[in-house]
Amino acid sequence: MKRFTLIAAALLAGTAPAVAAPVAVIGGKLVIGDGRAPIDNGVVVIDNGRVIAAGSAETVSVPAGASIVVARGKWVTPGIVAGFSRVGLVEVDSGVEGADDTGASDSPHSAAIDASLGINPAATPIAVGRMGGVTRAIIAPSRSNSIFAGRGAVIDLGADYDPVTRARAFQLIDLGEGGAGGAGGSRPAAYLMLEEAFAQAAGKKVEGDRPDESLFTASDIEALKPVLAGKEKLMVSVSRASDILAVLKLKQRYQDLDMVLLGATEGWMVAERIAAAGVSVLADPIANLPGSFEDLGSTQSNIGRMRRAGVKVGVAALDDFVNRNPQNHRQHAGNLVALGKLPGGTGVSWDDAFAMISSAPAEIIGLGGTIGSLEPGARADVVVWSGDPLELSSWAEQVWVDGVEQPLVNHQTKLRDRYRTLERGALPKAYRK
Amino acid sequence: MPRLSTVLTVAAGALALSGCNLGEAKSASAPPKKFDRDPYGSTYQPYPGVPTLITGATVYDGEGGMIENGAIYLEGGKIQMVGPLAAMSVPEGVQTIDATGKFVTPGIIDVHSHMGDYASPGVDAHSDGNEMVNPVRPGVWAEHSVWPQDPAFTRALANGGVTTFQVLPGSGNLFGGRSVTLKNVPGRTVMDMKFPGAPYGLKMACGENPKRVYGNKGGPQTRMGNIAVTREAWIKAQSYDKDWDEYERGEGKKPGRDLDMDTLRGVLDGEILVHNHCYRADEMALMMQMAKEFGYKVTSFQHAVEAYKIADLLRENGVCAAMWADWYGFKMESYDGINENISFVDAAGACAIVHSDSSQGIQRLNQEAAKALAAGRRAGLEISDAHAWTWLSLNPARSLGIDDKTGSLVPGKMADVVLWNGDPLSVYSRPDKVWIDGALLFDAANPALRPVTDFELGQPGEGDVK
Repeated sequence: MKRFTLIAAALLAGTAPAVAAPVAVIGGKLVIGDGRAPIDNGVVVIDNGRVIAAGSAETVSVPAGASIVVARGKWVTPGIVAGFSRVGLVEVDSGVEGADDTGASDSPHSAAIDASLGINPAATPIAVGRMGGVTRAIIAPSRSNSIFAGRGAVIDLGADYDPVTRARAFQLIDLGEGGAGGAGGSRPAAYLMLEEAFAQAAGKKVEGDRPDESLFTASDIEALKPVLAGKEKLMVSVSRASDILAVLKLKQRYQDLDMVLLGATEGWMVAERIAAAGVSVLADPIANLPGSFEDLGSTQSNIGRMRRAGVKVGVAALDDFVNRNPQNHRQHAGNLVALGKLPGGTGVSWDDAFAMISSAPAEIIGLGGTIGSLEPGARADVVVWSGDPLELSSWAEQVWVDGVEQPLVNHQTKLRDRYRTLERGALPKAYRK
Repeated sequence: MPRLSTVLTVAAGALALSGCNLGEAKSASAPPKKFDRDPYGSTYQPYPGVPTLITGATVYDGEGGMIENGAIYLEGGKIQMVGPLAAMSVPEGVQTIDATGKFVTPGIIDVHSHMGDYASPGVDAHSDGNEMVNPVRPGVWAEHSVWPQDPAFTRALANGGVTTFQVLPGSGNLFGGRSVTLKNVPGRTVMDMKFPGAPYGLKMACGENPKRVYGNKGGPQTRMGNIAVTREAWIKAQSYDKDWDEYERGEGKKPGRDLDMDTLRGVLDGEILVHNHCYRADEMALMMQMAKEFGYKVTSFQHAVEAYKIADLLRENGVCAAMWADWYGFKMESYDGINENISFVDAAGACAIVHSDSSQGIQRLNQEAAKALAAGRRAGLEISDAHAWTWLSLNPARSLGIDDKTGSLVPGKMADVVLWNGDPLSVYSRPDKVWIDGALLFDAANPALRPVTDFELGQPGEGDVK
C-alpha cells in the first residue's frame, strides 16, 4: 500500500536526530508562546533539534551556513501542544476491533495501565494533527471500572517511531460523576477507593482473612507510589464546584500530591480557592451546556474567570473528538479571544490564548521550557502558518518536530488529490495515487 | 407492523372516531373523507418587533451576494428592503442601528439537530431520539419527543445565531421517523415552535447503525439486509398509497390506517422530504437508485462524509449533502472523511450544507463553514465568503422546503436576521443581535434578552453568559 510506503519513507527520514545544518526561519510574525506579544519580522534559529535563538531580527542573527526559510507575511510559532488528547491510541473509534487502545474494560488493572505503550506514530490522527500544526499532545488512557484511568504521557506528533516525550507523566483519575460510576455508584465510594489505594501505596498491607480481595493489583499500587510522593502528577477529572473543593482538600491529607484539574467546568465558581491551592487546570473553552448534573454552572467564561483569579490554565479540547482532532485546540483557543468582545463575557487576550495551547499546557504537565515555546534550548517544534494561527482561515504550511521538517501528507490529503476531479480517466480511480 | 389507529382526528374539526372499524366501506352518497394530515399543526406566533433599520453593515445575503456598507430594513416581521441605504426609501424616524464594522446575515439554519430529543442534561431519561424496537418506524414523529426546555436551544440562538433547525430522529432505524422543523423561539409546547408551513421530513438511514442495532435483534444484520428491508417497506407503501388513492377518488373500500405507511405515502406523494443518513459514496448511490425504483426523491443525504466521491451524481439527482467540516474516523464508515468535502461538493455544482448533529457544534456552524472554506481555498478553489454563507442559510432552507419563506435576505421573507459583531467567518466574532420574524430575541448587550429555560432557573449560573 502506497500510503504506508510513503509514510515509511518519511519515518525513515525522521530517524536522523536533526537536519545537518541550522535552519533559520526569518521575516515572519514570531510568537514565542510564553504569553509575550508577537514580534514582527522575527527570526527563529534551530539546530540539532533545539531552538538556538528566537526574537526580533535586530536581536537574533542568522548563523553562517544556515538554511533559510523566508516566512514574510506569515506567522511563526511553536507547535501546538494539545492539552488533552488520545491521539495515537486509536485509528477508528466506535469499537472497531483492533483499532482502539484507549481503554481496557476487561483488564484487572487500572492505575498501572501506561498509555505510552499504546501509541502508534503511524496512526492517521497523528498525521492529521501534525498537518494541523500540532506537534505535542498530552494523552491518557480512558477509565473503565475504577476511578483510576492509568498513566498518561506526553508525545510528539512527528513522523518517526520515537513518539514518547515523557512516559508516565501523570496519573489520570476521575473524582466526578464518572469516578462515582467507576467506584460503584457514588462519590463517597470513589473517595473510599482513592483512600484505599493511597493507603496501600503508602505501605498498608491488606490484612484479614481476605487479603486477595484488594481492589487493586500489585501493579496498580506500585504505579501510585510516585503519585503519592509527588514525583508523578495527579490529573483529576472533575467538574462540579463542590467536587473541585473536595479534590483541593486532598492536598491537606496527601501533601506531596502534584495535582492538575481536568475539565473543571464549574471552576469559575471556586476560582479563588483553586488559585490559592496553586493547582493548575486544563479546561475546555467551549463547554457551556449542562450536559450532566455536574455541569450546571458551565459557561464559556469559565477559563477567563479562572485566569482573572490567577489560575494557570491550559486548553483541553474535551468537547471535540479527543481521539482525533487535536488540531481544533487552536479554534477553541480563538473562541476565548472572541469572548473578550462579548458584553458580560470574560475572555482572554490573544497572547494568553496562544500560550494556553503552547507553553501553558507544557508547564502544567512539567515540561515548561522544553516544549510549547521557542525559548532557547526548547525542542525545535516550529510551525509556519499562512496567517494568524488562531484564525479559521489559516493553515500550517511547514511543521518541524525536534528540528525535523515534517511531511504534511496523509490518508486525507491522498483522498483529496484522488477525487479532486471526478472525470473518468483512462484507468479507474484506484490507479491514481 | 404495529397499527396504531385507536384514536384519530378527522380533518377540519369533523368527528373524532374512536375505535371505529376504519376498514368499513363508506356509504355511496358521502364523499370519501381525507384524514387530517397535520393533526399536530403549528401554533407558532411571531413575537412583536419594532420597525428596524440596520445601516453601515457588510451584508451576506445568503444567496451568495455581498453588499459593503449595506442596509436592511425589517418591519412587520418581514424583510422589507436590502441594499445600499441610498437606494432605499425607509420611513422617517424608525429605530436605526449603526452597524459600522459589523456584519448582517440571514439566520443560520441547521438541518441536523437532535435538540429537544436528546436534551441536556444527557441523562437516560432524556434519551428520546431513537425508537429502536423495529427497524421500520416511519410512524414515529421526532416532535413528539421534543422537550421545549432543552437548554441547548438558548445556546444555539445566543452563540450560534441559529434561527431555524430541523430535529431528526436518530439513525438506529432504517426508517427513523418524521423530522420536524422548528423556529428557535422558546415555546411551552412543541407546536408553539413549529415552523409554519414547513413540510415534514422522513429520516432514513444506511450503513452501520441499523445493522449494528438489529444484528442481534432479528436483523437486518448486513448492508444487503438493510437494503432489502427498506425495499420491502416501500413495496408495502406503494400498495398502501394505491389503496388510499383509490379510496380518496371514491373507488374501493376505506383502507385501514397505518401510521408507518402514512409517512411513506407522504413521501411517495411528494409531501414529505427524505433526509437520508448515509456516509459512504457507494451507499448514497444505492439509495438514489432505490428512490428511482420506487418513485420518490431523496432530498438530502445527512453526514455524507464521502459526498466528494460522487458530487457529480448528487448534482445530477438534485440531492443536497449536509456535512461536517472535519469529522472523520469516529466510526468505520467515516474513515474517508476529508476537510475538502463541503467545498468539493459545492464546486461540483451540487447543494452543499454545513450541519451540526451536535448541541455543541450548532453553536459554531459559522466557524465550521469557515474551516470548510479554508480547506477549499487551500485546495485551490475560489470561493467567496458570501458564497460560503449559502451553505448555512439558503441551501439548508432549500433542503427543508422553506426557501420561499426564509434562508436569505430578500424582501418579503421572514425577518430571520443575525447582526454579528465582526466577520462571522472569523473565530473572533459572535452574534450581537438575533431577530426571528422581526422580533429581537437576543441582544448581547442586554441581559434581559438572554433566554433561560425552566430547567436552569435557580441553578448555578442562571442567566449567565453561556
